[in-house]
Amino acid sequence: MIAGLARFKRLWMLLGILILPWAVEGLLGRGWVRILDFALLSVLLAIGLNIVVGYAGLLDLGFIAFFGVGAYAYALLASPQFGVHWPLWAILPTGVLVAASFGVALGWPTLGLRGDYLAIVTMGFGEIIRVFLNNLTAPINITNGPQGITMIDALHLGGWSFARPHRVWGIPLPALVGTFYLFLLFVLLALFLSRRLEYSRIGRAWMAIREDEIAAASMGLDTRRLKLLAYALGAAFGGVSGGLFAGFQGFVSPESFTLQESVMILCMVVLGGMGNLRGVVVGALLLAFLPEVLRPLGDWQQHWFHHVLIDPSTLRLLLFGIALVILMRWRPEGLLPSRARAREWHTS
Amino acid sequence: MVTFLQQVLNGLTLGCIYALVALGYTLVYGILELINFAHGDLVMIGALVSLSLVRALLGWGAPLSVALAGGLAGAIGVCVLVGVALERLAYRPLRHAPKLAPLITAIGMSMVLEQGSALLWGRGYHSFPDLGLTHALSWGGVVISPLQGVIVLGSLCLLGGLLWLVQRSALGRAMRATAQNPVAAQLLGVDTERVITLAFVVGAALAAVAGLMVGAYYQVAHYTMGFMLGLKAFTAAVLGGIGNLSGAVLGGILLGLLEALGAGYLGDWTGNLFGSNYKDVFSFATLILVLVFHPSGLLGRHAPEKV
Repeated sequence: MIAGLARFKRLWMLLGILILPWAVEGLLGRGWVRILDFALLSVLLAIGLNIVVGYAGLLDLGFIAFFGVGAYAYALLASPQFGVHWPLWAILPTGVLVAASFGVALGWPTLGLRGDYLAIVTMGFGEIIRVFLNNLTAPINITNGPQGITMIDALHLGGWSFARPHRVWGIPLPALVGTFYLFLLFVLLALFLSRRLEYSRIGRAWMAIREDEIAAASMGLDTRRLKLLAYALGAAFGGVSGGLFAGFQGFVSPESFTLQESVMILCMVVLGGMGNLRGVVVGALLLAFLPEVLRPLGDWQQHWFHHVLIDPSTLRLLLFGIALVILMRWRPEGLLPSRARAREWHTS
Repeated sequence: MVTFLQQVLNGLTLGCIYALVALGYTLVYGILELINFAHGDLVMIGALVSLSLVRALLGWGAPLSVALAGGLAGAIGVCVLVGVALERLAYRPLRHAPKLAPLITAIGMSMVLEQGSALLWGRGYHSFPDLGLTHALSWGGVVISPLQGVIVLGSLCLLGGLLWLVQRSALGRAMRATAQNPVAAQLLGVDTERVITLAFVVGAALAAVAGLMVGAYYQVAHYTMGFMLGLKAFTAAVLGGIGNLSGAVLGGILLGLLEALGAGYLGDWTGNLFGSNYKDVFSFATLILVLVFHPSGLLGRHAPEKV
């Protein structure tokens, strides 16, 4: 019986995940299903950043920009802003292409340089994208400035809208649960692709570059092109996540794409374990739920001290910073490291 | 012509501040090859500390000069302490770790400093007390405030002093030796750890001065102000050739001029499509262009990656 259970471990896990939104809705309420949906988008982002930071070892501090590009691509192609309403299957690939080309355009000039330059250039890039999103209102109003774009079409496939409850074989399917399954599909697909990449020739080449770029280059690897590929692929994942985010939320504004968000995704990848998918997923889920765990802190302070001494969002960011420093000092391989990566951190 | 001179003057003021901050990046990078992301936040701390002190001292009835001196001294003290703590607690344990580790630590420390300041000073904007130095003098149409004069002269003195320290003094020799080859310097009796700490001390002190200046100049301080400033100062350091002190000064002043003139004229040239609201983009575009076409900067040497 036990052996049988172990044999179908994956199946059981999948079953558990499929039941999860129902359990969450029953136990914690509908609001938490929404949080769960957003958490899946974070997982998608973290899987994307993991390709760049975890596999290829390039520090990207502006990753949220690709998320933003994907989100605005969806927003512009499916809202009254330009009066176009493309279907999901056309928007997402477009968003991916746009995000990936942004990745290439940014990586191209900088990848020949040392890694630390890349870090600061990506950091600047993230901010610049925000400046443009805030200001691209003249001569034609593209981004609608700080107000952002509203009334974005809900996620829908054909006549099936993910913003409305449905009835499947007589069972009522709430909108948020349906969205959960859609996002889950994307996460599983991303995990599959990422895993295949990791064990492919390309993945091994990335890891070689990460361990010793000069050695990798002298073995004949085209390090520049490989790094660019990592960059573009990571950006593509970010673009998908952004598109889904825009459709889910129905509203985008530049405020969602700040440096702090970039650092949060980095934190997810580092906390879980750079280069190890399981770790990255766990890290992303942990940190996606952290703000919800900290939220009551504000109310408690209000209750006990009659005013908020420590703002929960300040505390959250402070904890991120401390976590990064402590992890790098004592456990750079993260909570659930890949074995190769752990050895790498401790031998050099 | 008057507008042009005015923009040059404003750019020069801004450029001097950038130069002071850029020196902090370049000093540390020259020795450790580490981008200290938290350096911009030291400027922010300098601004907030000096703001609070100046305000408190003025409130107690101290004369302006005493309040300013007190604010400056306090800011330098706090920044140096934070800078040294940063080095000791965060960077030193990672001296031999893979490259990615100190970079991630640096971004984490930057976060800690920012949010720590948000806890202490709140998340709002603080207006700098009026120093009475903004009373403008007109000079054939070009408006110059005493504050601008103080900023430019003050930073030039500091820059001169620093150049002397590094080029002429024994400490400076130890610094240059460590930058060139830390192992050889150590073998010859240089206490390299002390030299590294010293680089952080000097950088932090300059950041504190820059913080007071930038706070007084824009008359506002905020816990996130260090980020853009740091990014620009880093650009200035790269533009001049990172690791090169005179380069950082040159880069800072050039970048200040570029930004002021860009913000002033680009709007006119493009029919107000790209006005001063894009001024943060100029420095970033400069960074990319320099990195693509001349990564060693104006005065830097080409440094191949060492095996």
